[in-house]
Amino acid sequence: MAALAPTTPWTSSAKDDYRVCGVTTLKVDMHTERLIIANAVMAVVCLVLGGIAALLIALTRWQAIHLLDATWFYRLLTLHGIDMLVAWIVFFEMAGLHFGSTALLNARHAAPKLAWTGFGMMMVGGLMANFVVLLDPQSTVAFTAYVPLKAHPLFYLSYILFAVGALITVITFFINIVVAKREKRFEGSMPLAVFGLMTAAILATYTLLEGAIAIVPAFLWSLGVFPNYDPGIYRNFFWGFGHPAQQVNLAAMVSIWYMLAQMTVGIRPLNEKFSRFAFILYLFFINLGSAHHLLVDPGLSFAWKAVNTSYAMYLAVLGSMMHAFSIPAAMEVALRAKGYNKGLFGWLRNGPWNEPGFSALVMSMILFGWIGGVTGVTIGTEQINMLVHNTLRLPGHFHATVVGGTTLAFMGFTYYVIPLIFRKELKLKKWAVWQPYVYGVGSALVSLGMITSGLQGVARRNWDITFAGVVPGTVNLTLAVFGIGAIIAVIGGIMYVTIVLTSILTGPRKEAEGLLLVSGTNNPLLDSTKLTDHQMEDKQNQPKGTLVLVFAFLVWFAVYYLSNWWLLGRTWFIK
Amino acid sequence: MLAPEKIWWKPLGRMEKTWLTVAFVWCVFLTLMMPLWYFMGKQNVPTETYRTTSTDFAAKVNAFVEQYKVGEDTINGITLPVVEAPAGGDVYLRASTWQWYPILQLRKGEEYRLHISSLDLQHGFSLQPVNINLQVLPGYDYVATIVPTSTGEFTIVCNEFCSLGHHTMIGKIIVKEK
Repeated sequence: MAALAPTTPWTSSAKDDYRVCGVTTLKVDMHTERLIIANAVMAVVCLVLGGIAALLIALTRWQAIHLLDATWFYRLLTLHGIDMLVAWIVFFEMAGLHFGSTALLNARHAAPKLAWTGFGMMMVGGLMANFVVLLDPQSTVAFTAYVPLKAHPLFYLSYILFAVGALITVITFFINIVVAKREKRFEGSMPLAVFGLMTAAILATYTLLEGAIAIVPAFLWSLGVFPNYDPGIYRNFFWGFGHPAQQVNLAAMVSIWYMLAQMTVGIRPLNEKFSRFAFILYLFFINLGSAHHLLVDPGLSFAWKAVNTSYAMYLAVLGSMMHAFSIPAAMEVALRAKGYNKGLFGWLRNGPWNEPGFSALVMSMILFGWIGGVTGVTIGTEQINMLVHNTLRLPGHFHATVVGGTTLAFMGFTYYVIPLIFRKELKLKKWAVWQPYVYGVGSALVSLGMITSGLQGVARRNWDITFAGVVPGTVNLTLAVFGIGAIIAVIGGIMYVTIVLTSILTGPRKEAEGLLLVSGTNNPLLDSTKLTDHQMEDKQNQPKGTLVLVFAFLVWFAVYYLSNWWLLGRTWFIK
Repeated sequence: MLAPEKIWWKPLGRMEKTWLTVAFVWCVFLTLMMPLWYFMGKQNVPTETYRTTSTDFAAKVNAFVEQYKVGEDTINGITLPVVEAPAGGDVYLRASTWQWYPILQLRKGEEYRLHISSLDLQHGFSLQPVNINLQVLPGYDYVATIVPTSTGEFTIVCNEFCSLGHHTMIGKIIVKEK
């Protein structure tokens, strides 16, 4: 492995404003540190706003409670979508991009002013969106703001500000990498995690540009500059932004999975070529997935929909299935090399289950893959989508990916950012041990409750389904599961915010002493450099258990997928 | 998180090869299922679409109701015409905030060309408990060729958010034996 502490000096032109992390021996530019803190704080603020909305709307959909009136339900639903699906996630990703393009490359931040400009625009845009939705009744248009439903012009302007700000931040990521390379901060290839973040940044670039193509005309239309805006065209461009935005999450989350696995178990990627190729598959094919939202739209041909919805040939799905093997396999090899070699799953039993980064990683991978991934591919199938479009099965799918998957991984990662970047001791460690489980179980129930309700035809974004009058009795049960799950997840969210706030607001500044938070004093990051080729290739250490797990996953995938075709075959004939 | 070794381009291990092959075969299968069902399945997403305007479509709906009206029924306290067109013919369904108009009466096992469009916002055609869901856009006359395979009263729910009265937007299709 490459040396952990390269001795390259900073260029003389750069201000000598960095510190060396005592735990990771990485150099951290103080600009980077402040940018990460600012973005992370905004991320948590948006998470809190979106979380309050989440609780209230979930308690409204839980038919037995039915808390809010229709006006507030739809208003907070709009707010929830914006704060969670966009603001919380993107702010966190921007923090990740600053981290990946400087600290992980031992490089300086080459464009701090530009980065602050981007952050400022995002902050204004994000807060403005919240204010507009809360204060202007006309702007209750849901997160998608489907034309010709017309919001206040400031609503669109806030989207534009946020997106341009994010685009500027993404540009600083590329500037940092080019400068780092030119100044020879790192030799050879960049680390896998940075490679993954770069995939996310490239995806983000064209995602945000497509967002501009969708929203800028909508802004002009709301001002009366254009009389009409074709709803089909808007949908096409909007999802060119909306869906890939979630793929940015995916690439960022997988990068964080690799990081968490290295930080908590000390993995060495089994094969860099394999993992990098999987990221490249995302890069080329994942954007086609935008078509998933248009599968039952008028005006599009079967061929167009089938090619796009299958990501050419499910090649982006192949990428995810490759990561689904390579990350647990690397964990298995690392743990087996430590001597946890008993049987197929002895390594797994002996994982550091009380380490929040590890439990968040495992929960996130299970929820993302077994629930989110499988349901996503299934409902994204052209014909099957007819059974699913705009029912609760849809949010059921993306709450597994974005909440159980991405958000949980980001939460787990935060616990390490606190000592390493905020340089504060992590407080409430016992809570931190439990938080990923609470949040994971809660979001799993949310997803399952939504999916099973949707299977019975319950519509999404609907204040009161009893108007339909044909709802089967079991819907009350599945909606209750969803509501109880939401309460548990919100408790997990409150635990997370409390841990974070208590840690950063109380106690003195303290340099981190170790990498692991609760499960030991060793440094898995350094251990990973000591994994020899011999250990990696040793017959004893091969990931047999992971192979069994991924085949079990494939069986579950096939069962779920094929049973949906069976369901489709029972409905009315239609063409 | 750490830079890889200088030379990381190495052949894949046996297990990686196995999984990659199996996963790839699965992806090919997933891809093939869609064209296979397209040619052999009886439930496919309609693609037939025409440009229309709200005035044109409203006029067609009115003419259709006038010609084939067979009775009346109420939804949410509002009286709506019940319309039965001859089998094999065109039937029209109009979406507007917050109503599906008119109530359609169909016969089991017969084929109909169901035209759906919106006069104002985007709506979602969700037929329950059959669970067929289609997007409805203003300006697009979307034609679904359907054959009801069950009898009874079916509810049309709007499942695309169309501002505050969205949840009250309920319609009805009645299917009778031939």
